[in-house]
Amino acid sequence: MDIIVFGQLKEMLGSERITVNDVEDIYELQKALHTKYPLLEHAKYKIAVDRKMISDNIKLNNDSEIAMLPPFSGG
Amino acid sequence: MKEQNLYERYQRQIILKEFGESGQQKLLQSKVLVIGAGGLGCPALQYLAGAGVGTIGIVDDDIVSLNNLHRQILFSTNDIGQPKAERASFYLKQLNPTIRIESFNIRLSAKNAINIMKGFDYVIDGTDNFATRYMINDACVLLDKPLIHGAVSQFEGQVAIFNYKKNTEDNSVNYRDLFPYAPKAGEVLNCEESGVMGVLTGIIGTMMANETIKLISGIGKPLINVLMIYNSLSNQTYSLALTATEESRFLIPADIEAFESSDYEWLCGISDSEMEIDAEAFEQFIHDGNADLIDVREKDEQPFINEFFHLQIPLGQLAENLSSIQKETVVVFCQSGSRSFQAAKTLASIYKNSRKVYSLKDGIIEWKKFQQA
Repeated sequence: MDIIVFGQLKEMLGSERITVNDVEDIYELQKALHTKYPLLEHAKYKIAVDRKMISDNIKLNNDSEIAMLPPFSGG
Repeated sequence: MKEQNLYERYQRQIILKEFGESGQQKLLQSKVLVIGAGGLGCPALQYLAGAGVGTIGIVDDDIVSLNNLHRQILFSTNDIGQPKAERASFYLKQLNPTIRIESFNIRLSAKNAINIMKGFDYVIDGTDNFATRYMINDACVLLDKPLIHGAVSQFEGQVAIFNYKKNTEDNSVNYRDLFPYAPKAGEVLNCEESGVMGVLTGIIGTMMANETIKLISGIGKPLINVLMIYNSLSNQTYSLALTATEESRFLIPADIEAFESSDYEWLCGISDSEMEIDAEAFEQFIHDGNADLIDVREKDEQPFINEFFHLQIPLGQLAENLSSIQKETVVVFCQSGSRSFQAAKTLASIYKNSRKVYSLKDGIIEWKKFQQA
């Protein structure tokens, strides 16, 4: 599945877009990402699936479109 | 000013059939408060004043600096050192002398926010720090005012409309549904640290003005409960649907009195690592019995905890139940660790350094798992 990242997360992941496949749910996705990008574990961000912001753990499939958004404060 | 002149001033937008005279009337009768006359606030103010928003409030306690001018193009080099609220008011009156401008050359605080905000119908957040953003969000929820949110980070910006109910039964979304509590100090860089292109704040601030005008005049599809992200390098936009969460209503002060006694800057300055403990450390506190353990969930929430002695004080009632907390060390817990973190921050802001306050990370669910392992 495609993961689009915003804000300072791009620097942590080294790219605006990464691909992760065969993770069952959000929990597994985060575990996989935190292993690969340890900095992410302490970063604040929200996950959206198929352009809907989610707060609970939900099932994912390889067609899911994931977005990761950190808070922005600048004005 | 004669009616004929007034018509002429707004003629180019009145002839748009979607907007028309009725849209103009709605704008002229509206009262919009712009908090922060900076990179986002300046363009928003200019377009709202030009379009004929009848009453515009400006809150900012800052002065114009040389390094503001690349993005705050309402000001001129001669304004350096002058208060932004006053200079913005001066220029906006020149742009449109027929509208009312109220300037507040003060720093918005939990003590004065309600009084300032209650005189307006719509609030625009153009501030540059999380403490004020969370404070504005909570005040808008308590006062039932729509909030037009905008923020930038390097080459990206975001815009959303929070707390807007078209019908009374509608579920509105607020900033805490997106990010329940403020990041700790230094966790997210601001423009001062990470930089920003002047044009980006111009684009995002202008989008905020556009959303405000759409909302007031009832045209188009405003970004109600939608967060739009714009990237100025790729020109791509990404829109996300937002939904209300159960959690956020527990995180907002219960009433205006509780709001006014909240210390938002203090709440934003505490880091998670100083305060959050894991299930193993929590187990140790249960074993040692030297701390007050407090369940901050609502009284009927499951799972019920009967494995150890604890107090039950829902997050929203913490402030009035302080007398039941006796011990020097306080450990709060909830379902997932989010509400208890807020509770810990609230208690820490009350006790300052006189007591130790901890929150169980990932909540009672994590402790149950730990027990079973």
